[in-house]
Amino acid sequence: MGHLSYEEGKKVVFKGLILLGIVTLIEVFIALLGKGYIIEGFHLPVWLMYLSMIGLSLYKAYFIVYEFMHMRYEVPGLVKSVLLPTLLLVWMIIAFFSEGNTWRNWRSKINDRPIAAFSTPQDRTSHHNGEDHSDGHKSMPAVIDSVAPQDTATSHQAADTSHSEPKGELHH
Amino acid sequence: MATDHSAHIQDGHSAAPSWSGGSEPFKASYGKLMMWYFLLSDAFTFSAFLVAYGTLRFSVPTWPVPDFVFSTLPGGIHHKPLIFVTIMTFVLIVSSVTMVRAVQEGHRENKKGIVFWMLMTVLGGLAFLGCQAWEWTTLIKGEHMSITRNPFGTHTENGVYLEGDGHDIKEGDSFQAGQSYLIHFHDGHYQPLKYKTENGDIKEQQMGPKAFGALFFFITGFHGFHVLSGVVFLLIIMLNVASGLYVKRRNGYEMVEKIGLYWHFVDLVWVFVFLVFYLL
Repeated sequence: MGHLSYEEGKKVVFKGLILLGIVTLIEVFIALLGKGYIIEGFHLPVWLMYLSMIGLSLYKAYFIVYEFMHMRYEVPGLVKSVLLPTLLLVWMIIAFFSEGNTWRNWRSKINDRPIAAFSTPQDRTSHHNGEDHSDGHKSMPAVIDSVAPQDTATSHQAADTSHSEPKGELHH
Repeated sequence: MATDHSAHIQDGHSAAPSWSGGSEPFKASYGKLMMWYFLLSDAFTFSAFLVAYGTLRFSVPTWPVPDFVFSTLPGGIHHKPLIFVTIMTFVLIVSSVTMVRAVQEGHRENKKGIVFWMLMTVLGGLAFLGCQAWEWTTLIKGEHMSITRNPFGTHTENGVYLEGDGHDIKEGDSFQAGQSYLIHFHDGHYQPLKYKTENGDIKEQQMGPKAFGALFFFITGFHGFHVLSGVVFLLIIMLNVASGLYVKRRNGYEMVEKIGLYWHFVDLVWVFVFLVFYLL
């Protein structure tokens, strides 16, 4: 549709190519600069790096939707009915990321917990020695019922799946 | 993508009341409006994938550093972080731009121009798919990542290697917490290296978080599948344009406009895949 003439439209295309290209280059530059690839020993603060890259990506998204997809020339009702629902994602991101954070906290607690706590009441105070303890968990449930605090049953399972790769699997 | 509403487009503001289907909501044809809502739903699918990536990344103490994982170029070039994906991004941007040109030629009913610019767009899409195929091959065949195995790990403490891997790491090399490594695969299994931590403990490299491989292949694969189906639809519509099928509809080649919306959306998704996987 476009409310632009053919010649004006061609200009917008050229502008878009340059703009998207330059913004992408800036993003890559920020990523490499921030992580210390360009100036030896120089890092950007993580929040600054992430915030600027997310902001630039959102700008690219805006440009693609409004100029290339001609959202600018649609009636307000269409614009709202397509764009407003995406605001639901804000809550989705907050909810899931804080959930992910909670999982990590649980896992770190599990790794710090003396593993002997799951065997006998007497052993509970002794510290585990950092050895691989991926086996020996199988016979736990009965012990957990009788001895361990209430929360261990659930959080223990969370930890079990978190082990990145049991050592035994490395050398098949 | 049915387009038989061209008749209604001409007299969109007929006398029939809106709720009897007499006029178009939002002054957009049925096909275009539905394409917008399809893209909205697709955006939610991709968002769910990317949010899942973020959630799992938040849930483990370490995550492979992207500029370490994605640092190879064709021709055996290593340690050039992000260069290849930047090229892929440019390819997709250029193909998006050629698509805008095709739509513009459509508005002035220039059949030859449409076919030419759509062909350029198809070539761009194929080039992108080729890049992705190379990237996947490198990860699967060269570095032995799969949806269940992720050899890219990250150190959580400082230390010194007690052995070398014959590639980048030599015996006696020191490393710092936060530095990533690749466990090489030869003789039928992964070969984790032994190292000594600052506290004097002897440890072995651990495989990285499993989910990384699955997330990478599923998300970039889902996007690549969108590119592939986009290329197929572009080709079909290009042939229809060339054969003159859309001429009698006299709606400014709206079909080209609709596939254009889809194609820009694929580019739009890549903006975020690029951000989440390669930049952050």
